[in-house]
Amino acid sequence: MRLVLELALTHIAGRGRQTLVAILGVALGVGFSIAMAALMQGTEKDFIAQLVDTMPHVQISDERRTARRQPAEDLFAATQFEGLRPKEDRRGILNPAAATAALRSWVPGSMAQSLRTQGVIRYAGRDVGVSVIGIEPEIEVRVSSVAGDFVEGSFDALRAGGNNIIVGDALARRIGASTGTTIQVVAPTGQSRGFRIVGQFHTGNNARDEGETYVLLKSAQILSERPNAINDIRLRLADPEAAPRVARQAEAELGYKAVPWQEANESLLEALVVRNVVMYTVVGAILLVAGFGIFNIISTITHEKARDIAILKSLGFTQGNMRRLFLVEGLALGAAGSLVGWLIGFLLCFALSQVEFKLSGAAIGRELTRLPLFWSPWHYVIASAFALIASAVAGYLPARQAARLNPVDIIRGAT
Amino acid sequence: MTLLIEARHLTRILPATVPVTLVQDVTMSVGEREFIAITGPSGSGKSSLLYLLGLLDRPTSGSLNIAGQDTSAMDDDALARLRLEMLGFVFQFHFLLPEFSLLENVKLPMRKAGRLSSAEMRERAAALLEELGLAGHLDKRPDQLSGGQRQRVAVARSLANDPHVVLADEPTGSLDSKSSEQVFQILRDLVHKRRKTVIAVTHDMDIAARVDRRIHLVDGRVVSDERVAQPVV
Repeated sequence: MRLVLELALTHIAGRGRQTLVAILGVALGVGFSIAMAALMQGTEKDFIAQLVDTMPHVQISDERRTARRQPAEDLFAATQFEGLRPKEDRRGILNPAAATAALRSWVPGSMAQSLRTQGVIRYAGRDVGVSVIGIEPEIEVRVSSVAGDFVEGSFDALRAGGNNIIVGDALARRIGASTGTTIQVVAPTGQSRGFRIVGQFHTGNNARDEGETYVLLKSAQILSERPNAINDIRLRLADPEAAPRVARQAEAELGYKAVPWQEANESLLEALVVRNVVMYTVVGAILLVAGFGIFNIISTITHEKARDIAILKSLGFTQGNMRRLFLVEGLALGAAGSLVGWLIGFLLCFALSQVEFKLSGAAIGRELTRLPLFWSPWHYVIASAFALIASAVAGYLPARQAARLNPVDIIRGAT
Repeated sequence: MTLLIEARHLTRILPATVPVTLVQDVTMSVGEREFIAITGPSGSGKSSLLYLLGLLDRPTSGSLNIAGQDTSAMDDDALARLRLEMLGFVFQFHFLLPEFSLLENVKLPMRKAGRLSSAEMRERAAALLEELGLAGHLDKRPDQLSGGQRQRVAVARSLANDPHVVLADEPTGSLDSKSSEQVFQILRDLVHKRRKTVIAVTHDMDIAARVDRRIHLVDGRVVSDERVAQPVV
């Protein structure tokens, strides 16, 4: 076996140009497969990351999955009521301090409570309907992605005074206000207060930039006349994938509806499944094409070596020796090509990751985006496994045929 | 005298739509220290007979004993083994492996046989090459040599495992007359000094005239098999 190995290596080393071409052929196939896989998976991860990033991983609201059982239903087991006026629920999450304390004891991540209410912003004679979200700035920073999207000011600026408000930049532009302007906020309760804009954010999501405003939790509670009430607990988990499990447990414990991000974006995630199929088809096709390229190059080399097979057989080498010789050669070329391919794949990924795009939304000049790439050792392993199998088959099949040939036929052909 | 090769009614027919008979009903025996030339016009089956005797090809019918062993029942691996130990080949074209040095080429059959240590193989290969006048070229590649030199390397390789019989197929066919003469001298020395049996296919009448035994083929049949007493050189 050592002799066969040495023969194979000498064969390979002895024909520099052809070996180089074969190795490059394998390497390009492997390299491009790796880069494509990294790009495809990277864009998907990036898409999900953005999705996960811009919204809470689990949102607990003051709603319930099913309507609450009415007191009469609790009293009489088998009675049908007609025209019963349901008991009015007190809105909001009851006993928020206890609820958050219970969650904090086991939830792996941070959480923020808020009171979300509707309101109308009135400025310069214009009325715009918005969501008014009451938050605690120091906690919100840990949970909300908006914290990183500030154009002016920050959540902290809210703390400076009870009448401070943060609005989206689109909203500010729409009503013609700027930081420092005082605007009127009218709540559904009829309460109306003046707020001074202390910050603006730009999330890139127009609905949010135009329709969300942040005030202190206290201010929101005053506006909606619900002291100490909250109606929204948002969780940000260390591992976003754990969201469904955490949501189930929170729902079981608190009784309120807890929605993981996967559920909130079900239709989007379903679209991703289709994307995944496309991705695997594309990467698989690249690997297949690369595999054929590898097969082609190595089987050509093997065919060219038919004469050597005749010589070695006439010297007393067996068919088995010949098959192994070319199998080893194919594998060696495949392995060498894989290694170079890893390098090519790595460099391609690096080059791709350096490409910068200025997106159209760059009005404020900060949406500089790079191609998202995902690095996974599996890309490398799978691409090389494919290359090795292709080169083994490519070495073995022609060699088996050539080894069976009568050396005389080849010798006659040569003379 | 021991018989090295015993062929009985050897026939080789190429299967085709119109089957071609290459060798027909050849019965012959070859002993030790013989110097034989197989001659005949082109297409008379000289080379085909040599391949049969050298176990590179199998006869369609007939039997062939090499050193007393019947080869007709052997599988390919057993034939390969017998070839490795008993026979050496020299072809019209040198058929050296181009990627290997001369030394490595000559060592190949020894390494396959695996009887000698690495140092012994090197020593033996170097000795063979030096005897054939290639002392300064051990580490060269075949393509750095002239045709005559390459053919001498091929002879050295055929002797690697100390075979009983060296089979040569047009060994001088692609050489100029000076190199041909050298190769002929070498083959004759194999018989006289190394006590080998040499069977050479040739259409070079000058060479055929100087061997000890001439087998003449026409249309795959032996038409004459004569021993010639050569003057001792």
